[in-house]
Amino acid sequence: MIEAHDLIKDYGRNRAVNDVSFRIEGGDIVGLLGPNGSGKTTIMRMLTGFFAPTMGSCTIAGVDVQSDPREARRHIGYLPERVALYPDMTVRSYLNFAARVHGMSRGLRARVNETMELTGLTEMAKRHIGKLSKGYRQRVGIAQAIVHRPDVLILDEPTVGLDPRQIVEIRTLIRELAGHSTVLLSTHILPEVSITCRRVLIIDQGRLVAEDTAAGLTERTVGHGELLVRLVGPEEQILSVLGGLDGITSVEVVGRAPSDATSYRLLTAAETDVRTTVAQTAIDCGWGLQELTRNTMSLEDLFVRILEESSRGSG
Amino acid sequence: MRFLALFWKELRAFFASPLVYVVSAVFLALSGWYFYTDLDALITFGFGESIVDHLWQRLYNDIVRILITVVPLITMRVYAEEKSLGTIELLYTAPVRDIEILLSKYLACMSVFAVIAGSTMLYPYLISRMTPLDFSQLWSVYLGAFLLISAMVMVGIFISSLTEAQLIAAMFTYGAILLLWNLNWNEAAIPDSWAGVVSQLCAYDHFEPFARGVVDLRHVLYFVSLSVFMGYLTMRSMESREWRGRR
Repeated sequence: MIEAHDLIKDYGRNRAVNDVSFRIEGGDIVGLLGPNGSGKTTIMRMLTGFFAPTMGSCTIAGVDVQSDPREARRHIGYLPERVALYPDMTVRSYLNFAARVHGMSRGLRARVNETMELTGLTEMAKRHIGKLSKGYRQRVGIAQAIVHRPDVLILDEPTVGLDPRQIVEIRTLIRELAGHSTVLLSTHILPEVSITCRRVLIIDQGRLVAEDTAAGLTERTVGHGELLVRLVGPEEQILSVLGGLDGITSVEVVGRAPSDATSYRLLTAAETDVRTTVAQTAIDCGWGLQELTRNTMSLEDLFVRILEESSRGSG
Repeated sequence: MRFLALFWKELRAFFASPLVYVVSAVFLALSGWYFYTDLDALITFGFGESIVDHLWQRLYNDIVRILITVVPLITMRVYAEEKSLGTIELLYTAPVRDIEILLSKYLACMSVFAVIAGSTMLYPYLISRMTPLDFSQLWSVYLGAFLLISAMVMVGIFISSLTEAQLIAAMFTYGAILLLWNLNWNEAAIPDSWAGVVSQLCAYDHFEPFARGVVDLRHVLYFVSLSVFMGYLTMRSMESREWRGRR
């Protein structure tokens, strides 16, 4: 549904996007993840035909964006990074305008009503946009993007600047929309993609550095095995017995609680889960097992690691 | 349909803000004052001259002078406001051509001027109630005013497309319009080698025949080509997002 082939964008001598290619199938919901200034907005602006790539091409719903921008844009609903709306217009008149500009005429009123219902704007229909709160303006931004029921939704930082409750609402809305449209959203907040998206494209300094499913990304944080165990028992024995178990590469003491329990960190070989074995061993040896947790790497850690790996790879 | 939506949006924006009403009120007050004083001057000092023949030339020169100083106030917002709000990004990514965006803005400005300038038809109407009028001269004046305003509006739209700041757009438009209008007032100050070109560029020289009731195709062509040229520059300015990477 969305295809990018070797996209390059230069601003003067500065290369903002460097050789980015990807393919997004219909109905998918994909996150474009990267630090601020990494080229996410530039990629989205090329996809929407706001400007043309310096080199490369992109197609939306099979239509080449450069050669037929108007036909391509017909399939797109776009929420820019800075949600820009006419403050003097009411919510309804603005959505009417957005729908007409996308070529709708019949069934317009019903569609606008339906869209306001979906985005929770019905009570605000007659309000001037300039008088709405940030959260409601964001909804108007999303409403204008979906009012013509586009095949492709491109959302640039859809939850930025919202309060936690609004963020949850907008995420839920986006997931609902993914049923009808293919969604590409950008964010620099990691949990956002893992919650909302099925697939993630990671961008850094204009390059596509990693591509994975959201589940795969989470798996990468878990697969790196680390267990935290708190046991009551003789330290020497515990260290030697646990260290001898299959699949455990090292054991170390990380803290001693006042209640003569000791915390140990076990590093395991990747892909093996030794939790059951550890628990069974503790019971067999008569140690008190107080805690057994699988330590996961945070997404932030993973992100930093991916960026480091990619810069090592390129350097 | 799409174009109509754009045009309505532009027109709404004008009439939703108080500026157009304030501008119209001040313009009407001033043009009324000129109508009265020009008429009075002809009656008092215009010995032997036909008042109805000479009034229009005087009056419309005065009125048009006010009209062109109003242009920057109307055109300053058309692009600059959308650029500073960021709304232009949604226009650029809507399934419309750049030229449709430009024309919708141009036509909206011209509609505002149709309302403002159209109101001056009250003066010939008042005169015609008292004495028979030759309307052919009036058609020529209104045609000239339309062409002049159209060219000046395009100058203003182009300048507005270059900046996000409305006041900067307005000031530069004032500069450009007043310069074009008065470029040739002192021909002696202009080097001979330039005189030919400069006199061709001067908007006043091209408008003045219309006020006398003379419609000459060369003058029509001047205003039309100025409008088209400014429109061309505006299109290039809209395209600059390609290499500037900004709105």
